[in-house]
Amino acid sequence: MAINETFAQASNMFVYGSMGAYTFAMFSFAASFAQGRDRETNPENGRKAGNISMSLSWLGTILLGAGELLRGLSAGRVPWGNMYEFSITGTFGIMIVFLAVSLRRDVRWLGLFIILPALLTLGLAITVLYTESAQLIPALKSYWLLIHVSAAIVSAGVFTIGASVSILQLMASHVEQRIADGKEPGRLEKVARRVPSSQVLDLFSYKLHAFVFPLWTFTVVAGAIWARSAWGRYWGWDPKETWSFITWVGYAAYLHARITVGWKGNRAAYIALIAFSTIIFNFFIVNILFPGLHSYSGVNK
Amino acid sequence: MTQEQPEIVLGVGGWLRWFWRQLTTMRVALQLLFLLAVAAVPGSIFPQRTTSIGKVNSYLADNPTTGPWLDRFGFFDVYGSVWFSAIYLLLMTSLVGCILPRIAIHWRALRSQPPAAPRNLLKLDYSSSFEVSGSADAASARLFPQIAQQLRSKRWRVEVLDGEFVSAERGYLRETGNLIFHIAVVLILVSVAFGSAFSYRGQVIVREGTSASNVIAQYDSFSPGRLFTTDDLVPFNIALDDLKVQYEAEGTQIGAARDFAAHVRFRETPTAEEQTAVIGVNSPLNVGNASVFLIGHGYAPHFLIKDGNGAVVFDDTVVFLPQDPNFTSTGVVKVADMSPQLGIQAIFAPTGVVTETRGPHSLFPDLLDPMLFMSAWTGDLGLDSGAPQNVYTLDKSKLKRIDFEEISPGETWTLPDGVGSVTFVGVDQFATFNISSDPGQNFALAGALLAIVGVIGSLYVQRRRVWVRVVDRDGRVAVEIGAMSRYEDGDVSDVVTEVDSQCRDILNVPKSPSQGTEESQD
Ligand code: HEM
Repeated sequence: MAINETFAQASNMFVYGSMGAYTFAMFSFAASFAQGRDRETNPENGRKAGNISMSLSWLGTILLGAGELLRGLSAGRVPWGNMYEFSITGTFGIMIVFLAVSLRRDVRWLGLFIILPALLTLGLAITVLYTESAQLIPALKSYWLLIHVSAAIVSAGVFTIGASVSILQLMASHVEQRIADGKEPGRLEKVARRVPSSQVLDLFSYKLHAFVFPLWTFTVVAGAIWARSAWGRYWGWDPKETWSFITWVGYAAYLHARITVGWKGNRAAYIALIAFSTIIFNFFIVNILFPGLHSYSGVNK
Repeated sequence: MTQEQPEIVLGVGGWLRWFWRQLTTMRVALQLLFLLAVAAVPGSIFPQRTTSIGKVNSYLADNPTTGPWLDRFGFFDVYGSVWFSAIYLLLMTSLVGCILPRIAIHWRALRSQPPAAPRNLLKLDYSSSFEVSGSADAASARLFPQIAQQLRSKRWRVEVLDGEFVSAERGYLRETGNLIFHIAVVLILVSVAFGSAFSYRGQVIVREGTSASNVIAQYDSFSPGRLFTTDDLVPFNIALDDLKVQYEAEGTQIGAARDFAAHVRFRETPTAEEQTAVIGVNSPLNVGNASVFLIGHGYAPHFLIKDGNGAVVFDDTVVFLPQDPNFTSTGVVKVADMSPQLGIQAIFAPTGVVTETRGPHSLFPDLLDPMLFMSAWTGDLGLDSGAPQNVYTLDKSKLKRIDFEEISPGETWTLPDGVGSVTFVGVDQFATFNISSDPGQNFALAGALLAIVGVIGSLYVQRRRVWVRVVDRDGRVAVEIGAMSRYEDGDVSDVVTEVDSQCRDILNVPKSPSQGTEESQD
């Protein structure tokens, strides 16, 4: 099937548009964060800027969604067939999850730390990873692409948010510990006073991770089923498979750490961050540098 | 173990018990999980024998000092190495050691009553209370049976201690799911081990118009599991009629294959009825317990070779192995029925060109301008020595090159000195099939699906308890409701709110707007 160039170009315009909206959202999230001292007790702090940021986030996400749709239409398939497309869809996943969470609880304090990785991923996507819209390599032609990759993308989105929360948790805990020790709170106090307590963050992070762990389990299993039909074996320790497994074991370790005496709190948060770094590694390093059956990055080596 | 040395028996037994206790603690399980993740890393960094033996050999050649050491410690077969197996066996033992007692405990919990109420419900994180008129006994007599019944209808397990309290619990599915998940992980590990012991996989190359049977002799490569026997091979036969491949003709990914389809005929057993099938990417053919996957393809030029007298000595297609993405391919033809014997070494290019820097090669994978670049060798092919020969290379030790030439389909190359002639009749394709069988895979799949169901139960279901009590504090009679989650992640304010309003309804106490849960998180 031929590629519809008009759609492909319109898709790029929408992606640029969403980057613009996200950039403004980043500044206004930053302003809201700066004003958001002790927001728990003074909910009005930074509310206005926070609301503007949320609206901009919605706008950017709608534009990105349109870009996704057009990209998919231009090639007549789901828009996740190479690294560029994984990245923009991944950003879309992060933002959708964040916006969905924002419907249920006030997460304006978190916005800055979500919009930053989202913008970073989009930026990498359109500069380094950009690939012209094209047909798929044969191994990707399967409805498992829809199932497995979309599950992977949503999981990665939630894991990204979880990682942001874990980082804030560690910062908050650091300051709380210093205060408990009777020391000066230190420079991180500026952050700590603008986010919930480390205990609340710990619980929030656990809820996010506990929510996606089954989805990630499903992602790995779906990948194995697909590998069986594409390559004749369900598990072959291909670098990509190996790192998905490492990620899975890493998050299982996180969940266990939270129910193990002496590992709650900070240590568990570190494990979550290590596990998250394996996702980043799998996506950016393994896709591009490690030879394997999954070499479909589309990026010229 | 003899009577004379009871201390040693005790010592060993005690040590084993200590080891077992250590192994089945959460802390050790956590460390083993870590270890497993770390141990999996080298397998993605170093080339592995199981997937790329060629790269292992060149790594060993490039690193003569470190290579053999890495090899000794299993770094080129990480997932079959002693240390990797040791970790997952320990993990599995730990898992089993954890699961068994928990199954017993859960089994008992499933059949026992919900726990007694704490002394003061209002001290719980989530609680509420409201005052009622009349005596405490009258209120509880009216309230308890009804609230118990309402809770039961919502699938709470309820216990009523008359005049004391109502106690209810739900969410046993959490622990059930958790146990199912951990058992499923064991099932997966066992299935993988069992499957790989009895499995086999191998590759067969089939040219268009020819067929292959599922016997080891016909495999180009074959790797059986440790406990495999030839009886495990289903005796099927497969013939390739036509291989269709489509390439991207434009754009940045020009030349990339877009679709493959192998049209085949097959018989499940030599006497069974013949059936047809199309094998494509992501759609294997299943025959008996084996599956046939299309994993590669290439070209098989058709040679017609005549000797000096004009007699046909060779008339067949020959598999040429692709060397680059545009299918520049190499192969040889050996003609033993001639004197002296003839060997042809050739490069085949589906869209051929010759440049100064690269010599003959192909520009596009499809057959736009097929060319054969050949050199002819005469002498002794070395076939008589009895040693198995590689069909893709010429043993040139007793051969002499007589000429070289490039020709297109239909053309004939007359060899010098009346040796004979070579005609490039045309080009067929060949398919590389991966044939494999893994008897453990269905169990592994069952384990994987169970694991998903189990982990959903384990992480999404909440184990909650709620108690209702009527207290008389110096003549002021009040209904108290308290709830808690067995896990710290639980916000049970909704349970308190709901039970509170049910109790008010039963006792006809109006809701006061300010009253609600004492505390709510977030
Ligand atoms: C491949 C190995 C393992 C994986 C992937 C795994 C995964 C999990 C997961 C996802 C949970 C739910 C955590 C939660 O409720 O937050 C869990 C709970 C648990 N795991 Fe494992 N586990 C593994 C090995 C083990 C081992 C070896 C033990 C034995 C020491 C163990 C003991 C437990 C216990 C006791 C719980 C329940 C804790 C609770 O909910 O109160 N697990 N495991």
